[in-house]
Amino acid sequence: MSELLRCENLTKNYGSTTALDEINLSVENGKIIGLLGPNGSGKTTLIKLLNGLLTPTSGEIFVNGKKPGVETKSVVAYLPDNSFLYNWMTVEQIVDMFCDFYADFRPDLAYKMLLQLGIDPTRKLKKLSKGNKEKVCLILVMSRNALLYVLDEPIAAVDPATRDYVISTIINNYNHDASVIISTHLIADIESILDEAIFINKGKIMLHKTVDEIRDENGCSVDQLFREVFRW
Amino acid sequence: MKWELDKSRAICPQICEQLCVGIASGELESGAKLFSVREVAVSAGVNPNTVQKSFEQLEQKGIIYSIRGSGWYVGDDTSAAKEMVTKLISEKTLEYFTQMKALGLDETEIKQYVKEWQE
Repeated sequence: MSELLRCENLTKNYGSTTALDEINLSVENGKIIGLLGPNGSGKTTLIKLLNGLLTPTSGEIFVNGKKPGVETKSVVAYLPDNSFLYNWMTVEQIVDMFCDFYADFRPDLAYKMLLQLGIDPTRKLKKLSKGNKEKVCLILVMSRNALLYVLDEPIAAVDPATRDYVISTIINNYNHDASVIISTHLIADIESILDEAIFINKGKIMLHKTVDEIRDENGCSVDQLFREVFRW
Repeated sequence: MKWELDKSRAICPQICEQLCVGIASGELESGAKLFSVREVAVSAGVNPNTVQKSFEQLEQKGIIYSIRGSGWYVGDDTSAAKEMVTKLISEKTLEYFTQMKALGLDETEIKQYVKEWQE
């Protein structure tokens, strides 16, 4: 077991707003982890900190033992919550670009998944629907041989059948050295593939347990517990 | 194999139970090769670690065994699997009686009802 992510008293303020409040967290390899919380709870802030897109106000964050930077970016495959690709490029061109950018990128795997989902690689991104764009983004991220996959809302725009495909893609590409962090509020769809769940609210971690512990202790699904904990 | 999982209970024991049912019923025969951890994970839509843990628990009970580099196999002695199914049956029966009592029947009435019940 090695520690892929560690946060020590991690705090992030935006002006007078506290987005993350003294978070302590440890994530080991070989796990699929759900980062679950209502809108505005701090999920994306945490993800951006671990990708080095934001710097902490105080406290520290370590990815694979190092502070976020060039070295950690080569082991983290990150799916942002909004599109990060140029609309004027074709899917093929984007695949080529990823080959240039990431040494661990496997184009054969990307083309295989594009074919399975019926996406024409010669099409320009702007000609694709929102759901198909989301699939392209996910395929690109999952085609890397990374240590830590960070998926910010990976299934929000796709249809239920594709959700199942996405979930089996995650299971199929999973290996014991790597971990996957999935941020979502569609808990019912993904809870059966999780090892652990992290509940985050108002910048604090409310709970971090294995999902089977949650079910045993509360006698309900993770989705039901979430609805209870975050009831208005 | 079809998996029916209740998300409000821990997944690991449910996979154990359903494999035991398959073994006890003879659907999975002694010495037969089991599905791989990943196959079960994909077909049941669950986490591979959970499946691995279930297989290891069944191995400890002597119900299945693994051959390194080859996979998992059903053991020769199926008595432990049958025992687990018997336990499951009594749990389900208790559940049934509890539910029927909640509907206002007493024990003799439930037994009478079962006796007369036809499809």
